[in-house]
Amino acid sequence: MTTLRERLAKVRHYVREFSGEAAYDRYVAHARGHDPDAEVMTRRAFERARTDARESDPREGFRCC
Amino acid sequence: MAPRSIAIWVLVALVGAIGWGVLALSRGEEISAAWMLAAALGSYAIAYRFYSRFIARRVLRVDKTRATPAERLDNGVDFHPTDRRVLFGHHFAAVAGAGPLVGPVLAAQMGYLPGTIWLVAGVIFAGAVQDMVTLFFSTRRDGRSLGQMARDEIGPFGGAAALVAVFAIMIILLAVLALVIVGALAHSPWGVFSIGMTIPIALFMGVYLRILRPGRVTEVSLIGVALLLLAIVAGGWVAESSWAEFFTLKPTTLVLWMVAYGFLASVLPVWLLLAPRDYLSTFMKVGTIALMAVGVAVAMPTLKMDAITSFASRGDGPVFAGSMFPFVFITIACGALSGFHSLVSSGTTPKMVQKETQIRMIGYGSMLTESFVAVMAMIAACIIEPGLFFAVNSPGGVIGTTVQSASEAVTNLGFTISPEQLAQAAKDVEEASLLSRTGGAPTFALGMSEIFSSVFGGASMKAFWYHFAIMFEALFILTTLDAGTRVGRFMLQDTLGNVYKPFKQISWKPGVWISSALVVGAWGYFLWVGVKDPLGGINQLFPLFGIANQLLAAVALAVCTTLLVKSGRLKWAWVTALPLAWDVAVTLTASWQKVFSEDPRVGFFAQRDKYQAGIDADKVLPPAKSMEDMHTVVTNSTVDGVLSALFALLIIVVLVDAARVCFKAISSPESVRLSEVAWTESKIIAPAGFFPTPEEKAELAAAGLDSGGGKVKEPVA
Repeated sequence: MTTLRERLAKVRHYVREFSGEAAYDRYVAHARGHDPDAEVMTRRAFERARTDARESDPREGFRCC
Repeated sequence: MAPRSIAIWVLVALVGAIGWGVLALSRGEEISAAWMLAAALGSYAIAYRFYSRFIARRVLRVDKTRATPAERLDNGVDFHPTDRRVLFGHHFAAVAGAGPLVGPVLAAQMGYLPGTIWLVAGVIFAGAVQDMVTLFFSTRRDGRSLGQMARDEIGPFGGAAALVAVFAIMIILLAVLALVIVGALAHSPWGVFSIGMTIPIALFMGVYLRILRPGRVTEVSLIGVALLLLAIVAGGWVAESSWAEFFTLKPTTLVLWMVAYGFLASVLPVWLLLAPRDYLSTFMKVGTIALMAVGVAVAMPTLKMDAITSFASRGDGPVFAGSMFPFVFITIACGALSGFHSLVSSGTTPKMVQKETQIRMIGYGSMLTESFVAVMAMIAACIIEPGLFFAVNSPGGVIGTTVQSASEAVTNLGFTISPEQLAQAAKDVEEASLLSRTGGAPTFALGMSEIFSSVFGGASMKAFWYHFAIMFEALFILTTLDAGTRVGRFMLQDTLGNVYKPFKQISWKPGVWISSALVVGAWGYFLWVGVKDPLGGINQLFPLFGIANQLLAAVALAVCTTLLVKSGRLKWAWVTALPLAWDVAVTLTASWQKVFSEDPRVGFFAQRDKYQAGIDADKVLPPAKSMEDMHTVVTNSTVDGVLSALFALLIIVVLVDAARVCFKAISSPESVRLSEVAWTESKIIAPAGFFPTPEEKAELAAAGLDSGGGKVKEPVA
């Protein structure tokens, strides 16, 4: 049986994945997964780097008509 | 197959067949939109279950033991294996925009049947196939873009032609989309105010995400959507206040604003305007499409348009000229076969695919969903009074500027609507006039407000829903203007960089400004022409946009076919070669007619000759009103004609080059060199479709994974 709480957690998970909010967590998990003491960017720096990457190649994330 | 699933699929097939039967055989009587939904959904289900599975297994031979680029190159940022359901959402949001809402509306002038048949058959055999096969080949090449694949697999010549095509198409696309917005916002203080407000809202969201709370996309999007709804409501107040005059803009003024916006937006940092706008429009898009599906299902409106109007065979319709073949297939690009999708399928998505087996669901599935959106747009256009439809979509040169002249003109077209009804329809949505609001968006908004107000809020909410729909389209068109200008600029910088090095550096500001200005100037020119054109801008430019989009589809399908042949799948090459042949037949026939037709309504050069002869004889030919108009028509038809010829030429170059490569691959298979990445074993277990099959469930359970799948944990030694 899945409780209401579990379901809400699932919804939250998908919303975060879909909106891209989970990107930072994924990045940290990825970096720490290889080396637990790896130096990771702060969330602020990470989000900056992510939007600035679009500046340098606008084809990333291009949407259609 | 088990007897139970055979029974289910027979039932699905029956539902679809009955839907088509009712659509095709009803004569004279009005039928429910439910039949259209049944026909479309039944066909999609069958196509997905059988045809897409056949393509995945037999043609592409997707390999679940093969690691995808997302798994091999996982860097946690742009390459990472993504839950298939999340990626489906991302991919769908990236491919579906304003296009599928505009084309079907315009095509409704020929009745609902031709457009609907093309939407459904086109997506099943061409559009979804293109998206899926491109996605597959790009995934096998670490997410290479279509242009790169064309260069690698066909050759530098075909590759260059493909690049020129992409650039030219981008310009026409941006001009046409901007024209749609101008048509919807001209003389509409409500619309102009609410769309204008999206700029400060986006700026606020941008600052919030950059400085206040980085990365909190969901909360800022919710705030943004709330502010957006407030802006729509406030638009109604503004329209009734003394400010209304300030926000009532002429089309030409709007063009200048759009050009200025396009330039500024594209040179501002991404985080400030583009990124937040993207979040806002994606939220609105997904929400509204879901709402629309519910609205149509609950309201089940009646289709008032004829199944096939007389314009289909005569080819003299006021919305766009030309007969059913090829122009219905040109007008409806997005939703049936859209070349632009190949850019998304060969860009961001392939870097995130978790398993090769999921390409079917993501590539084919997303495109079916977009086609469904287009079918809903067709429904929206066909449930309003046909007389109103033609009064809204015919250029001013045909129906004049008063409700009386419009009512007469519509009667001459063979439909009826009284001047009072026309005035009332405008009053219902609190607009000064609905005449000649060409471009599809206002018609779609009328249909949507009809559906929504019957489900939520009643007649008093009509004006709100109308402006909600306008806002929803304008929002992502403006985002596309910004993003598209940036992509165009990127390509231009790359090319100009070959002449003068610093252009390639994106940090060299003069280069950015000059290239941005060139791109904005190019689409701004066509937008200006479209607004000033005495013959009606949409009427003239939309076919060019359709041809351009289908041309890009031809490039994508040619690359796919070449790759099928080169990778030893000659036996199955028809899967993309047949849609390619159809697409080429349609595009070249349309280009041929646009260049050589002797009918001045269809052929650009015949049009030019007609008006040039008028100028020589010192006569003003209607709908031109002055000698200046006459000269405008001559210039425009020359530019449009040359462009049509150029598009046709590009398609021929790509095809000939692709045919040469295919021929070589068939005659000497040992010479084939593929740039496919070598096989590496996949350590990920994940289901292929939305719902795991019993075998997949067992496999997941054995590995201790949930339905999202994931990497098999290494046994601890």
